[in-house]
Order: sequence, then C-alpha cells, then structure tokens
Amino acid sequence: MVDSNKPQGPEDHSRRKFIRNSGIAVGGIVVGGALGSLIPTKQKDKDQSNAEKPINYNDALMFFTMEQFQTTEAATERIFPEDELGPGAKGLGVAYYIDHQLAGPWGMNAKDYMEGPAYNAEATQGTQTLMRRADVFAIGLKGLDDYSNKKYENKFTELTAEEQDDVLQVFDVAKEFKLSGATTKQFFELLRSMTIEGAYSDPLYGGNKNMAGWKMRDFPGSQMGYTEAIMNKEFVKIEPQSLREHMG
Amino acid sequence: MANELPKVPVVIVGMGWAGGIIASELTKAGIEVVGLERGKERKTSDYYMVHDELRYALRYEMMKDLSKETLTFRNTEKMRALPMRTYGTFLDGTGVGGAGSHWNGQNYRFLPYDFEIASKTVEKYGKNKIPDGMALQDWGITYDELEPYYDKYEKMAGISGEEVPIYGKRSAPYPTKPMLKTPVLEMFEKATKKLGYNPYMVPSANLSENYTNPDGIARGACQYCAFCERFGCEYGAKADPIVTVLPVAEKTGKLDLRTHANVIEILHDGNKASGVRYVNPVTREEFIQPADVVVLSSYVFNNVKLLLASNLGKAYDSKTGQGVIGKNYAYQITGESSLGFFKDKFNLYAGAGALGMEIPEYTGDNFDHTDLDFIHGAGIRMFQYGNRPISNNFVPDGTATWGKEFKQTSIKYANSWLKVAVQGASMPWRTNYLDLDPTYKDTYGVPLLRMTYDYTEQDHNLTKYMAKQTAPIMEEMGAEIIETTGSLEPLDVAPYINTHNTGGVIMGEDPATSAVNSYLQMWDAENVFVAGASAFPHNSSFNPTGTLGALSYRSAEGIEKYLKNGGSLV
Repeated sequence: MVDSNKPQGPEDHSRRKFIRNSGIAVGGIVVGGALGSLIPTKQKDKDQSNAEKPINYNDALMFFTMEQFQTTEAATERIFPEDELGPGAKGLGVAYYIDHQLAGPWGMNAKDYMEGPAYNAEATQGTQTLMRRADVFAIGLKGLDDYSNKKYENKFTELTAEEQDDVLQVFDVAKEFKLSGATTKQFFELLRSMTIEGAYSDPLYGGNKNMAGWKMRDFPGSQMGYTEAIMNKEFVKIEPQSLREHMG
Repeated sequence: MANELPKVPVVIVGMGWAGGIIASELTKAGIEVVGLERGKERKTSDYYMVHDELRYALRYEMMKDLSKETLTFRNTEKMRALPMRTYGTFLDGTGVGGAGSHWNGQNYRFLPYDFEIASKTVEKYGKNKIPDGMALQDWGITYDELEPYYDKYEKMAGISGEEVPIYGKRSAPYPTKPMLKTPVLEMFEKATKKLGYNPYMVPSANLSENYTNPDGIARGACQYCAFCERFGCEYGAKADPIVTVLPVAEKTGKLDLRTHANVIEILHDGNKASGVRYVNPVTREEFIQPADVVVLSSYVFNNVKLLLASNLGKAYDSKTGQGVIGKNYAYQITGESSLGFFKDKFNLYAGAGALGMEIPEYTGDNFDHTDLDFIHGAGIRMFQYGNRPISNNFVPDGTATWGKEFKQTSIKYANSWLKVAVQGASMPWRTNYLDLDPTYKDTYGVPLLRMTYDYTEQDHNLTKYMAKQTAPIMEEMGAEIIETTGSLEPLDVAPYINTHNTGGVIMGEDPATSAVNSYLQMWDAENVFVAGASAFPHNSSFNPTGTLGALSYRSAEGIEKYLKNGGSLV
C-alpha cells in the first residue's frame, strides 16, 4: 500500500527502481512491466548524482499520459535536435511545455469560436475544425504509433532517428496516412509550432530550460531597454533575463 | 429584464482612440459622458510581466475573445462565408485603450490627394482611369480642413518625426524629434539615397524623448525594449489612450467609464437614437443606457455590425450598389517585400514598433500613373521592431522547415536578416463589403458580421510594380541572399497580415453615397456619430491611426456643436 502521508523524497528513487525491476504493487494493484517500463531510468540516475540540485516541481504532467509524454519528447527532439549549438527539445523541456499548454486554455481552444455548423473550408478560410487542440494532439500522437507499427512494426519511441524522421515527414506531407477527424498535417503543424514555442518562450512555461534556447541565438529575453546597444555597430551580447527576475 | 439607467447627455461605445479622444474633449468642455467598454480596465502597471512573447503575441492576451464574437469571411459572393475561428489575419483589440494599447505606433497623415482622390484622378488622368467597379469617392473634407485636427492629435500623442517636403503642408513641426537612426536604418538610408530616393524616419507614437503634452500629461521616452505590437507599453512611452486622453477625461470627474459593458443594440425610432442596450459579458446582466447623443467608436467591424443589427441607416446592397452601411470596406496591400540574409550580425533583438524609415516617392500620386495600370501607391519601408524569438525564424528558401538544418539555419540568421517591405493603398470596390451573416451568431444571439473581400486587378498590378522596387534596395544594402515576393494570393484569414481595416460607415458629401458627414454625424440619425477608420472611403498606404485621431477631434467638436444647437452640422 502507498502511504500517502509518508514524506516524498529521495526515497522514491529506490521505490521507482523497485517497481521497475520487480513489477510489484502500486496502490495495492499488482502491475507488470508495462508501468515499470514507463519510469525513466535516466532521470533517476541524474537525480541521484545531483542529490543537492533543487527539484523542478514543474517537471511533471498535467495532461499527457506517460506514453504520450515520451512520444512527444521523441518527436520534438527530431524537430529541434540537440547539436553542437546546444540542447534540443528534450534538453529544453519542450514536452513539459506542450503538456502544460494542452492542459490549459490553449489546448481547450478557450478563446476560439467553436460554434457550429462546421463546413469544409476553402483554402482561404482558416481552420474550421471543431476539435480541440488537445484532442488533435492526442489523436496525432496515437497516429505516430499506429503508422510506426504499420511501417516498422514498432512504436515511435523505439524507432531509429532516421525512421522517426521518415514518419514525421509522412505526417508533414499528409498524403499517405489519415487520422480520424484531422489531417496529419494539422497535427504536425501543431507539433512543430509548439516545439518552437517551447524552445523559445519564457522558462516560466516549462520549456527553454535555463534560458538555453535564448542563449543559442543570443536573445536577451526580458530587458528593460536597449537605448545604448541599439546604436552600436558591433553586435552586443547581453546575458538573458527571464520574467522570474522581475519577481524580486 | 434590462435595467434602465438614468439618461445622460452622451454615451460612447468603445474606449479606444476614437472613443477616448471624444470622451476627453467633451468632458473638458464640461459635458457628462458615459463610456462603455466591453473589455476590462487597463493601466500601465498591468504590464509588469509584458515582455512575454507567448502570452501577448501568440496567445493574444490583449485581443477580443473570439469565443464570444468573431466575423465570417469569404472572398466572393459565390463562396459560403465561414467564421474566423482562431486568430488570424487581423487582431481586434478589446479592453480600455482598445487597439490603441497594442498597436505599433506608426503614425502618419494621409496625403492631400487622398481626401479628393476621385476628383483629382479624373482631373489629371480622365474618367477612364477609374475602372468599372471601383467605388472611388471624395471624403467630403480636404486635407487643409483636417490639418488643424491632425496637429491637435499629434500634439496630444507627442508624435516623433521629420517633415517630408512632398507630403501635405504642416502648420507646425512634429512635437518631438525623430526616433534613433540605428545602424540598420542607416544602411537603408544610404542604399535608398544612392538610388535617388529621399528616405525619412517614420513618424512614431513611441516617444523619442520625454514629452509633456498640452493637456499637461508627461510621459517618458521609448527604451527600445522590442515589445510593442501586440503588447502594452509599461513605460507609457507608446501613446495609448490609457496614458493620454483617458486620464484627462477622468480628471474632469465627468467621465463614467464602465468596463465589461458590451453594447448589442442601438435603440432608435428610425430618425433618432434614444440610447443603447448593453450586456455585462461576465455576469450577463443587461442594461439600457438612454442618451441624447450616441457615439459609436467600437472599431470598424463592430460599428458596422451594430448599425446593421440595430437596423439603423440603409444597408448596402452589392447588387444595386444602393445603401451605405457596409459599403467601401478596404484593407491594405502588403504582399510584396524583399527579404535579405546578411553575413553580419546586427542588434536585432532591440527595436520599437515605429522605428523605421520609408521612401515617399511611390506614395499616392507622387509618381506619374499615366502609363500604369493602377492608381495610388505604397510606402517602401524598413522597420526594426525587435526580433522576438518564437515568431522570427526566417530561413532562405529551400531550407528544411524542421530538424537540424532548420535549427542551425534559423539560429544562424536570428540576428542577420532584414526586410524591405511594402504597404500599399487599398481602393474600394463594389464587390468588397460588410453585411450580416445569415447563419452564424455571437454569444448574445446577434448575427456575426460577414466580410466579402478579395484583392482586385488594381491590387495585383500595384503589388507587381512595388515588389520590383524593393530588390535593388536590398542589393544595395549588401545582403548575401535576397528573396523577393511579388505576387498576391487571394486574401486568407489564417496568417496575420495587418489590422488596418477601414470603411463600412464612410464619410462624404452626399447622403446617397455616404453614411456620415465630415463630423462623422450620421445622415440618417443626427444624434448618432460613428467614429473610427470605418469612416474612410478608401484606405491610403499609410497606417490609419493618425487620420482616425484627427477625425475624432473634429467629430468631438461637432458633437459639442450639436449638443448646443441640434440639427445637421453641414
């Protein structure tokens, strides 16, 4: 039994490891390797080696299942990969960013006109779908696995980088494969735009970890002004600052 | 049941630039005014966390809530109009300050040519120069008549700029000096001068220096922080009704500004209005506000929608060309540009909304149109807005749109691209108009506004001509790679273009062809004034706010006269 009053902390790592290795009781239900396999080992190892590093409590999920999160992490990393310039989507926390966005008003299309009737639009009339972004995203993620299974007999996260690129390419072009209620292109555009957002929005949203996205492109974030730098003929590099720094 | 409130002299619908200016002028004259604003209250301290590209630029923090109200769109009458479900080609403001809070601050005057465009075109080029279907008409006012109001508006807002000899004569210089001429603007200046042009610093409502206006309002200079368009200015350096005209009105004690007051109907008997009906969008309580004078200043779209939904004024009929409400809807033509990728790295993270230069030679009728297949012209310009990182990932054609190549190329050019862009005038056409949608409704049960609009031969020809002029400038500036866009696709409501919508309740000399006179007083209901760019019979190539501001000052004067003497003002 899980004791909900028990303080949570480093002890959890051994518990995770235990579940992973033996596939035993979680909340009184015996589970097998399916749950165990979702618990990331890498993070556990990192946590152990940096025991003093403060935990970012924001790095948890409010919308995705663990599987959806991992598929998102893998797909966004192909869109914005780690390279010699710096971290990719995974290192920037883009999948956390997307999770948090889809859980909120953006994912629920709160400020969009969602009244019927829905008709097929001409190319100039914008999106007419009454599906919410969160639903399009979930269906798209399932589609990535369905297509990967069909073509490579494996789920998306298990494919090689080249195979993942191939699947994403098919989704981008949107000819070969159909999702229910949405095109793969609709999903892919959402995935692509949210990846860029997660890489470059203020770290308060869960992505752009340590402002590393901004640092790669020498963007100084939120500064009070540039009356001097703007007149300089040479490029002036300014250490970035996030909105957190305005909180005092 | 609607709660009926005590009658007031003036009720104003919408507290943006037009409503704010009119409220300020009337209350200074001692007149009691009720200001109704559908959105929320705003003050500069709300912008403490404003340097947030995601929230303001991509989640449209300051824009109208489309879930409550949008418009439907089609290019031609043959299409079924469908709602713009998400943003969006144009971004309607909401809240106190309206679009005057989230604008860039590019603040021009129109040309003398604009106000008499139909007569001047016929005079110079003959009747045949105006093609069949183009609904060109004079404004019922001349530049010289409007000049004192431009001057008043510019002094209130503290516009920064420098005189352009070939534009309309000014009675006074700009109240503040031009913005900083940054190194990239110097490149544009040098290149255009070499090509024989006379570039000028774009007139700006982002203050270039500290300034105190005639109302005694003191504001500090722009800090070039790069968060202007779609953002509010935490310094109050960008002229915004909330830091200029509204504090003046509030100080008189004569302005009763009610937020969360969404007007859904003008009450009238066919000749005169008796007041308005409004709903609080949060609580859904309903009120009736009786008034002697009703002022509509709720943006182009809402002004037209309210008149049509309230059945006030004669609705435009595209088949007969009769009627006026909804007629002469125009936009601005911005399909053409040259994008240049450079080897050098510039400080492009810094900028301001109205930090730019433009050449005047291709505006209005300042170049000969005898052998050209279009009229009017465009501003060819370059701005340094500040490249915020989510929205500025330009890569040369042929580059992958995702993956390692995209990442590396977009980062390489993050501070190394410049754009010479064109903003062209938009002429009115009989087939481009606004009316009510037969199918879709807003959250209050009122039909949505329906837009029928597409670019015409005039627009395509203007685009082709102007695009040709941008590439040599970019070449002269020394770009490594140049990409020129020279064609217009049909108007598409999905990507952002601009929010320079005009027309629908146009001004003029003749009640048969216009809805309001030169005081923006309705021909069909003398106690109703309709302010805003809805009054423009066509749209020039210049950003509309300066002209909207000048007309609002004139309209305020007219309302004052009307309250004293009654009757038609012309």
